Amino acid sequence: MALLQIAEPGLSAAPHQHRLAVGIDLGTTNSLVATVRSGATTVLADEFGRSLLPSVVRYQDGGQVTVGYDAQREQNHDPHNTITSVKRFMGRGLSDIKDAGSLPYRFVDAPGMVQLHTVAGVKSPVEVSADILRALTQRAEASLGGELTGAVITVPAYFDDAQRQATKDAARLAGLTVLRLLNEPTAAAIAYGLDNGAEGTYVVYDLGGGTFDISILKLTRGVFEVLSTSGDSALGGDDFDHRVYCWILEQADLHGLSAQDTRLLLTRAREAKEALTEHSDTRITAILSDGNAVDLTLDQDTFRQITKTLVDKTLLPVRKALRDADISAVDVKGVVMVGGATRMPHIQKAVADFFGQPPLTNLDPDKVVALGAAIQANVLAGNKGEDEWLLLDVIPLSLGIETMGGLTEKIIPRNSTIPVARAQEFTTFKDGQTAMSIHVLQGERELVADCRSLAQFVLRGIPPMVAGAARIRITFQVDADGLLAVSAREMTSGVEASIEVKPSYGLSDDAISQMLSDSLAHVQDDIEARKLREAIVDADSLRDATLAALRIDGDLLTAEETSAIQLVLQQLEQATASHTTLQVNQATHRLNKATEDFAARRMDRNIQRALKGQKISEL
Amino acid sequence: MTTEFSQDFFQLFGLSRRFALDSQQLEQSWRAAAAAVHPDRYASSPDAEKRMALMQATHVNEAYQTLKSPLRRGRYLLSLQGVDTQEETNTSMPLDFLMAQMEWRESIEEARDSSDVDALEALSSRLRSDKRALEAELGNALDSTADLDAAAVMVRKLRFLEKLDQEIGDAIETLLG
Repeated sequence: MALLQIAEPGLSAAPHQHRLAVGIDLGTTNSLVATVRSGATTVLADEFGRSLLPSVVRYQDGGQVTVGYDAQREQNHDPHNTITSVKRFMGRGLSDIKDAGSLPYRFVDAPGMVQLHTVAGVKSPVEVSADILRALTQRAEASLGGELTGAVITVPAYFDDAQRQATKDAARLAGLTVLRLLNEPTAAAIAYGLDNGAEGTYVVYDLGGGTFDISILKLTRGVFEVLSTSGDSALGGDDFDHRVYCWILEQADLHGLSAQDTRLLLTRAREAKEALTEHSDTRITAILSDGNAVDLTLDQDTFRQITKTLVDKTLLPVRKALRDADISAVDVKGVVMVGGATRMPHIQKAVADFFGQPPLTNLDPDKVVALGAAIQANVLAGNKGEDEWLLLDVIPLSLGIETMGGLTEKIIPRNSTIPVARAQEFTTFKDGQTAMSIHVLQGERELVADCRSLAQFVLRGIPPMVAGAARIRITFQVDADGLLAVSAREMTSGVEASIEVKPSYGLSDDAISQMLSDSLAHVQDDIEARKLREAIVDADSLRDATLAALRIDGDLLTAEETSAIQLVLQQLEQATASHTTLQVNQATHRLNKATEDFAARRMDRNIQRALKGQKISEL
Repeated sequence: MTTEFSQDFFQLFGLSRRFALDSQQLEQSWRAAAAAVHPDRYASSPDAEKRMALMQATHVNEAYQTLKSPLRRGRYLLSLQGVDTQEETNTSMPLDFLMAQMEWRESIEEARDSSDVDALEALSSRLRSDKRALEAELGNALDSTADLDAAAVMVRKLRFLEKLDQEIGDAIETLLG
């Protein structure tokens, strides 16, 4: 494959000094670590030759921590202290976790990120993830015989800032140097593209244990350019297990199960799902803690029926990503399947039907992400290979700030190539305003309440000016990890405030998935709510303007005229409190009418003053 | 390689300062520039170099995004010549253009209300062809006749059309959801 020649990069690795760098796929269900050794990319296995490390951590009394298969074995009889799928809780508040009630954990609703109560104390998802990363680091260092220089850790493309930050914090906690956070589908494309010498537009369909990601990439002469990404951060293989679990409860007429039994049946459900990849039906048996036995047979057809809505749900982000990339399904040269869940035959069929071609499955969907991350880590650590390539990734969700009336103003649209910075100017809303609160948001919805709140800070010391005179320039900078920094500056005075957007993790708003599905389902609500907010904003600024005019030029009115205007002002206040768009608009209209004459008189006076050489702006 | 911040975006990519451009050449130049300054190339460099790479890569991406979009390119060319397109402040538009806008809005609303994705797609492709025609006109005003006032009006019109296109896109997404 022809590769782009790069002008002298700033890398300084001495020849023959190979730095130990790894790629880590920190997955919901399983995690892997891979590296490039003597030119070959390999997944590093444990002492028993196993590549996968189940993302399961068990905490015991006395502080002992077990990770992986050993922890997984204990999960059925120690469900409270054995944490699985912790990735789903990263950077999330309790209210974000929709199925918290059916999970066997004792959640602690901490401010910011949810925490888990275990016999070894309260653990945050960052700590649990750090324990998984430590186990992988130990495996890598034992296998490579030295200390690691750094690691590339993969995240779902659809992870927002809080989730990325939490992942980076987990690595720091585990003592790892993060060379880069890399989007999982992009990693898969690297592994795939470099192995296959691909050129053209490719779709990566990544259905992991807990997240679904879709990315569209254009591969041209060694440049991997991400055109768009979309996905659902709360949809994955676990949901298929859960459907089977619910089916078992229904078929066996079970109620009020203990945490142990829930865990046991979820495990059986997962086994059944996996068995159906190879077989047309499978038997599900379990002995519950009360001695009752479950004995059912699940066939392929039934499985397909009970999970059809989940499969359909993945196709929506696919359509969105195609639209954002401005291409259609026929332009796609190949579809790469990533994640163990894509082994399910009906998923492969749905994808084949949608794109009119069978998906590419020749790389192990469990390993492809780790392999790609390892290739990237090798380059970032300064071990230049013969081949050079460049990765141009994008930001998955729009970034914006709160403006008047609880609305979001988008500053960086989703799918902008990173690194990216955008500056926008805002102004003060009231005369003499000296401070301005900046609220940074991520999401696609119009209303602030429906987006994820990333940070809030106050810019103080704005010199008092009339409303609209101050110029506040807000700059958003997103780096190559997809992490955000925001700064604000008042242009006429130079007053500055800046913030590294750090874990405000979960100033707990809606979950990202909810944000997205809601933004589709509730656009109508948005429009109504937006109309009301706009009406109120208009009403408020008209009221303020009227009050200011009365103060300055009140002498132009008779006492009667003044009280007439005051009456309409009162009605406007009442209308605003009523929260009815129509009433607010009507009251605004009445106030406009009532002040028409007054406005004309003021205009005349201003002209007179101007003619006398006075500046209107001084009034 | 260093990136001169004092250069305009056209100079940065070695393009002549015109509206008409070879989009493939722009894309190639961007890729080459982005490759040279991308933070991945400086992952094991000192912090100061990393920061510089971040700034330069950001600048290169900004330049590319500006030149890639005809609307932003037109606005940028005008700003280089000291013309403010007044998109936020100047809302006076020719009457026939405003009438056409209203008709577009009605058609979009109608299609949205009857959940007709095909109709929306058709509107979108018609709008895009209108946009291309207007872009050609804008190119002519900027490159040939140098009628900057007319070009500023066209940029404002284009802005309207882009907004309409976005509305159609939002409506389609809503219906697909």
